[in-house]
Amino acid sequence: MSDKAKLTRSKLPISGRIVMFFIRHAQQAMASMGELWRNPVSSVMTMAVLGVSLSLPAALQVLVKNAETITSSWNSAAEISLFIDENRSEQTIQSLLTRIRTYSEVDKVQYIDRNQALEEFQRLSGFGEALAYLDKNPLPAVITVTPTPRYSTPVGARELLTKLEREPEISFGRLDIEWLERLQAVVRLLERTVMAIAALLVLAVVLVIGNTIRLAIMNRRTEIEVMKLVGATESFIQRPFLYTGIWYGVIGGILAWIIINLLVWYLDSALAELLGLYGSQLEMKSLTLLELLQLVGLASFLGWLGSYLSVRQHLRAIEPS
Amino acid sequence: MIDFQQVSKIYPGGQMALEDVNFHLQQGEMAFLTGHSGAGKSTLLKLITVIERATTGRVAINGHDIAKISAKHVPYLRRNIGMIFQSHHLLMDRSVFDNVALPLVIEGFSHGEIRKRVAGALDMVGLYGKERHNPIMLSGGEQQRVGIARAIVNKPPLLLADEPTGNLDPKLSMDILRLFETFNDAGTSVLIATHDLGLIARMKYRTFTLKQGRMLGAQELHHSVHARSAPTNRGEGQ
Repeated sequence: MSDKAKLTRSKLPISGRIVMFFIRHAQQAMASMGELWRNPVSSVMTMAVLGVSLSLPAALQVLVKNAETITSSWNSAAEISLFIDENRSEQTIQSLLTRIRTYSEVDKVQYIDRNQALEEFQRLSGFGEALAYLDKNPLPAVITVTPTPRYSTPVGARELLTKLEREPEISFGRLDIEWLERLQAVVRLLERTVMAIAALLVLAVVLVIGNTIRLAIMNRRTEIEVMKLVGATESFIQRPFLYTGIWYGVIGGILAWIIINLLVWYLDSALAELLGLYGSQLEMKSLTLLELLQLVGLASFLGWLGSYLSVRQHLRAIEPS
Repeated sequence: MIDFQQVSKIYPGGQMALEDVNFHLQQGEMAFLTGHSGAGKSTLLKLITVIERATTGRVAINGHDIAKISAKHVPYLRRNIGMIFQSHHLLMDRSVFDNVALPLVIEGFSHGEIRKRVAGALDMVGLYGKERHNPIMLSGGEQQRVGIARAIVNKPPLLLADEPTGNLDPKLSMDILRLFETFNDAGTSVLIATHDLGLIARMKYRTFTLKQGRMLGAQELHHSVHARSAPTNRGEGQ
């Protein structure tokens, strides 16, 4: 006991300390779990709050995911109408059609000649009678182009339209895309809303765990004082609390997953009925195994974070007196 | 072992708890610290265990200035000091075994080693076989001995006791003091704070007396000096 090393360091050899470090970690993790198990009333309440809080953002995630599947099937509905110059012969139009068909961006091409256009107009507009008084057909021939899925996005379709308009036979083209842009804007808004709500709920999870850990620290005040008196380091004292936070997160995450599966199961039949009316066969998707792991991983991180913030603030304040 | 040089402690609010205190506890020495309540005994012990830090002056343990020990290293210092309190500071919801094992768990001893050492410590204080009891089921004297077992279980070179016999009858008090003597015989330095002057009078150790925060001249009672303790008297006050 004459040098500083002896005064301040542990009496164990380094190898033993490293091994014991891991053994202690495992023991403390299990001890924290056991602690929760022994005080089920308070811990179950906290876990339920966490499960519900986490299930909301996760449910919104499921919603967005399913909305994306549905809108992606709508995206391909983008159509480009090309109006042909009036004075082109049927032959040039046919060769134009052949050219357009070779475009890699184009999926389907439909040609409506001037007579067909007139018939269609008469049929649909209700001006049939009036048209009979015209001496010549005022309508141009139209080519309807359906782009491939890659060029069905508003940007892609517009690109394709510019390219098609460069063909000399085409006077102008029109892209009925506004509704698609609006839909995408709505989806983006929905996604942002989900992110914002998710962020708030994630914050709630951190606060709930932080507060629960704060109460746990207060309850064990004497114990912490005694531990500090007999030479426990801060990290040793805080470890069980951190593990408790992690366990809260893990169990809260699993609860959220169960809640979501119940929700999907509950909504699935109603959705199937709705989609059945549209002749669609989409099935509601739940969370995949990977997403479950992500959810639980995120939840345990939040648990750790909440308890870490709490421990930082409250453990320091407890000093033996 | 413990060296105080012109140490003063002023608590926030201006209360002067210790004033210009000098004293020295030799390595392997056993000594008493007395004084009325409020004289500064507890403050002095708190300065040694770094629960409080001195306002002025130098407190050294084993030649190391405590002021230079960072908060991070305080736990390691405390592991070398066995502390015994009047109020035991036991965890009432844990078994005797868990209470005594705490310092060893903190230091990271293996389970087998902990068992062995806890059994040894309990044997020394005469509580062998009471591992599974809860402190609440034990008498006051037994609880105090659990606290002592916890203080000595990791064999610290220094033992501090704050009123260890405060709530005990004379016979039990004597038993506790005999226990401290055994540890001292094994080479441990022991400092006991007590106001039980009758108890000290029957013992042969140096006594430091605090009065209103000042150290009075240390007296060697009856049998002059204990075999191991040095006769140097650096505890002179005014």
